[in-house]
Amino acid sequence: MSQALKELLYKMADDQLILGHRNSEWTGLGPLLEEDIAFSSMAQDKVGQSLALYTLLHTLGERDPDTVAFTRNANQFHNCILVELPNQEYDFSLIRHFLFDTAEALRFEALTTSSYEPLAQLARKIRGELRYHTLHANTWIKQLGSATPESISRLQKSLELAIPYALGIFETSPYETELINQQIFIGEAALQEKWIARIETVIGQTQLQVPDWKTITPVYGGRAGKHSEHLQPLLEEMSEVFRIDPTAEW
Amino acid sequence: MNQEIHQILETVKDPEIPVLSLVDLGVITEVAVEGNNVLVKMTPTFVGCPAMDYMKAEVETALRQKGYQPNVEISFQKPWSSDLISEKGKAALKKYGLAPPPDNKLFTDLEILENAVCPRCNGTHTELRSPFGPTLCRSLHYCYTCREAFEQFKPL
Repeated sequence: MSQALKELLYKMADDQLILGHRNSEWTGLGPLLEEDIAFSSMAQDKVGQSLALYTLLHTLGERDPDTVAFTRNANQFHNCILVELPNQEYDFSLIRHFLFDTAEALRFEALTTSSYEPLAQLARKIRGELRYHTLHANTWIKQLGSATPESISRLQKSLELAIPYALGIFETSPYETELINQQIFIGEAALQEKWIARIETVIGQTQLQVPDWKTITPVYGGRAGKHSEHLQPLLEEMSEVFRIDPTAEW
Repeated sequence: MNQEIHQILETVKDPEIPVLSLVDLGVITEVAVEGNNVLVKMTPTFVGCPAMDYMKAEVETALRQKGYQPNVEISFQKPWSSDLISEKGKAALKKYGLAPPPDNKLFTDLEILENAVCPRCNGTHTELRSPFGPTLCRSLHYCYTCREAFEQFKPL
């Protein structure tokens, strides 16, 4: 069970850390002060949640959280490619936030009944926090998804760009059966099904169109360490201080 | 909780909201005293709360100053909820200008954030401006009665 559990924890922690870093890139640049604060706050939540997950991994024998976060190379990260893509314009960041956080909220919801009790405890905590993330995403998607021709076409374009990567969130691990049988996690396929239903409900309240799922080829690879060219530069920037002085406090 | 330890912990305040002690905030989940050794279990309000390490160090210092040997653990066993803020704590928040969180029993839907009660004029004709504020535990609101912006301690 140990390998299966570690794989699950690593991909979740890496998703949170990398998207947390991308969110933090909006600090000082948000299109509105409130959005600047929102993306910065979500960054803080996500990096904190990744720390809690890396701490769980540490109790399972992995290296300490800072070493794990700051010294691995891109091919040792298990995040989905969606979270490492550059922020681009606000419309893309918003769509990504909506697609990813909807999945993340459902994932932690499912994990509240995990047979691995430390993860279930953490999930019961994080579930409440993520409600604010999905509230934020849904509010803006509903508002801008029905506002002006420009806001609608921008979001539609970003949605079409992001959806194949978003399906990459649910790339299966070699341990799906084990995780499901041991009731650690419901599995990626079940999660994806719930996610599609939730996405369609929110998009259905806007003038945006959900693409035909059958025509989309998911972008996989991230979970197995095969990333886009965007991850390594992100890691280099994120770990710059640590690499100069691992004992520095900041 | 041991009366003396309780009094010591009462002196440690939330660094972001200095009118609220950690006891009133509800983040102290367990205290066990054995001779001079004091075990304190704490839990963060939000997992990403950057003040956690600071508060842990403050608890250790406060206990050491009174001659105790502290052992402070961060735990998620008993997760924090805004319902754990004491009545005294909620009154202190309001006096400080922060709307206290609504009771979680009423909080079945985030819609409740739309009807935060203004801590200044008690007006209920208010609007949620953003679920994210200057710290992870606060949201931004606007009161149409007194026409002032205010913050609420988020229900969780």
